[in-house]
Amino acid sequence: MSIQSNEARCTSCHIGYGWKDKNFDFKDASKVDCLVCHEQTGTYKKFPAGAGNPVKEPTLFPGDGITYLPPEWNKVAQSVGRPTRDNCGVCHFYGGGGDMVKHGDLDSSMHKPNKALDVHMAVDGRNFDCTRCHTTNSHQVAGRIYSTPAATARTTLAQDDLTPRITCESCHTATPHKPGVKANDHTDKVSCQSCHIPEFARALPTKMRWDWSTAGKMKDGKPYKEKGPLGTPVYDTQKGNFVWEKNVRPAYFWYNGTIDAVSLKDPIDPTKPVALNWPVGSPQDPNARIAPFKIHTGKQPYDTVHKTMLVPHLFGPPDSDAYWRKYDWQLALASGMQKAGLPYSGQFDFVETSYVYPTTHMVAPKEKSVSCNECHSRENGRMAGIKGVYLPGRDGNRVIEVLGWAAVLGSLAGVLLHALGRAVSRRRKEG
Amino acid sequence: MSANATDCKMVNIYLYTRYERFWHWLQSALIMILLVTGFETNGIYTLLGFKAAAEIHNFVGITWLIAFAFFVFWVFTTGEWRQYIPTTKKMLLVVRYYVYGIFRGEPHPVPKRREAKHNPLQRLVYLSLAAFLLPIQMLSGLLYWSYNSWGEWGLGWLSLPVVAGVHLAGGFAILSFLIVHIYMITTGHSLGAHTRAMICGWEEVEERESVEEWEIKPRGRSTPGEA
Repeated sequence: MSIQSNEARCTSCHIGYGWKDKNFDFKDASKVDCLVCHEQTGTYKKFPAGAGNPVKEPTLFPGDGITYLPPEWNKVAQSVGRPTRDNCGVCHFYGGGGDMVKHGDLDSSMHKPNKALDVHMAVDGRNFDCTRCHTTNSHQVAGRIYSTPAATARTTLAQDDLTPRITCESCHTATPHKPGVKANDHTDKVSCQSCHIPEFARALPTKMRWDWSTAGKMKDGKPYKEKGPLGTPVYDTQKGNFVWEKNVRPAYFWYNGTIDAVSLKDPIDPTKPVALNWPVGSPQDPNARIAPFKIHTGKQPYDTVHKTMLVPHLFGPPDSDAYWRKYDWQLALASGMQKAGLPYSGQFDFVETSYVYPTTHMVAPKEKSVSCNECHSRENGRMAGIKGVYLPGRDGNRVIEVLGWAAVLGSLAGVLLHALGRAVSRRRKEG
Repeated sequence: MSANATDCKMVNIYLYTRYERFWHWLQSALIMILLVTGFETNGIYTLLGFKAAAEIHNFVGITWLIAFAFFVFWVFTTGEWRQYIPTTKKMLLVVRYYVYGIFRGEPHPVPKRREAKHNPLQRLVYLSLAAFLLPIQMLSGLLYWSYNSWGEWGLGWLSLPVVAGVHLAGGFAILSFLIVHIYMITTGHSLGAHTRAMICGWEEVEERESVEEWEIKPRGRSTPGEA
């Protein structure tokens, strides 16, 4: 699923403040909403499908049943200050169109987390705002975008007190544990997050799967929604089936800070699940370390002739071909691809997809960090899928083990036979 | 135990000095702990948990290394190293004894003497152990332990799976030795004679004039008190 043809919805958060049509200049830095980051009243609300604009008069959004009110501009403008967790959270905790959808480590529970959820941001602890680590320089916010790592140098504040505080090591250094603790030796290959975020979505469930192929079912001729045991929607006529999970053990990959992705022009292999994006890195890459991820799986439309992913037109006015109006994939895909300016053969099907999200927030108290044997084990260890590194406790040498046990059992059998011989011969003599 | 042996006159000889006995039992304790924790660290079973097993293994391993340095010092300063000089003389007789004579109740062809504590088979086994197997185990263990410093030490070419494999193979070899060794200590003139000697130093052996000149450790300045 993608942005093209659905801009008015996506641009309520993503770049495109005031988007009207495809002539919008996404590079124009003046098209940035100051208030969403800096206002402190908490009353500045954007209309979900208004390209980032608040409403001019009270308007009901049918998607969530909420009536959006125009802001009191004077109060909002006079309140501006340094961005808080709430400012950042208003977009980043609700990515993917709602709370708990995209990131397993960022959701509405992070507005006021406790220590058990996030040691840094806890209101009963350090109470960090996002900007404590996501430091800025002339409005350039430290952090990661997919193609660019958050940091390339492992600099700490001890070395340079103006260094961005974006990495754990910026403050904690590469040897954060007490001298002599083995974990200090792990920081060359294992990211801090791998051990210190044992599970994500620890307060609220997170969406783990989104099956678009089942969308479009009607109840009494009308679109409907269904909630599951976690209180979250498991079916939505607009969107298909969802799977939600809480306290999720992350997946682990070699990761150098870059994430690569399939574009709408890249050919895919529909005979197996399509990784729409993947962490870049390998055991040989000196900048790569093992890092935790949320893997979101799904079923999405693709072009069976061109073997490319397809963009449906989801959101649009009532007379448009948008899926959420007519519930017709064929019309929605043709419209979406046309608006994206990409070829569509007219033949589509759904393919299994996966999408990775790095996990870096929700750092747990140190007592809750991952214990050694969760990785150093042969059965169902966290590192089961990690190749290219010898892991004691997981990797043995089966040949040496078989030969070794043969030697040990051979010795045992030998001495037992010898002992038996001595016992028998002695009895014979005594008898 | 055997009819022939009890016919002989038995004498008590002082075989193992206090340090030797201390070293023997210290090393055996260290090795047993290392075996138990080492196989767990390798992932063969779960007993103490990986963290405890690995930490104990590292600590005991370094302890062993330091203690072994004292043993090396002792073995050279006392001249006891000569007890480990390998020989083929009477080797076949000893082998024949263990595969045949022992069942017939024959006396051991090379009884223990203060100056010749080890029979030719023991000399070979203990030399292999002390000069090859244990040092290889210590070296591979030390390298395994210092894995994170290989780059700094210019040892970046080493392969961790190979070092770990050598260390694991050594562990199995030591366990095999241990099994045979524990059995062999029951083959004295009584089941407990050898064990008693390693505890209090004295062992009852048959009084015979079978110790030959070559077997006797030459006395030197470094071995005072032996008269």
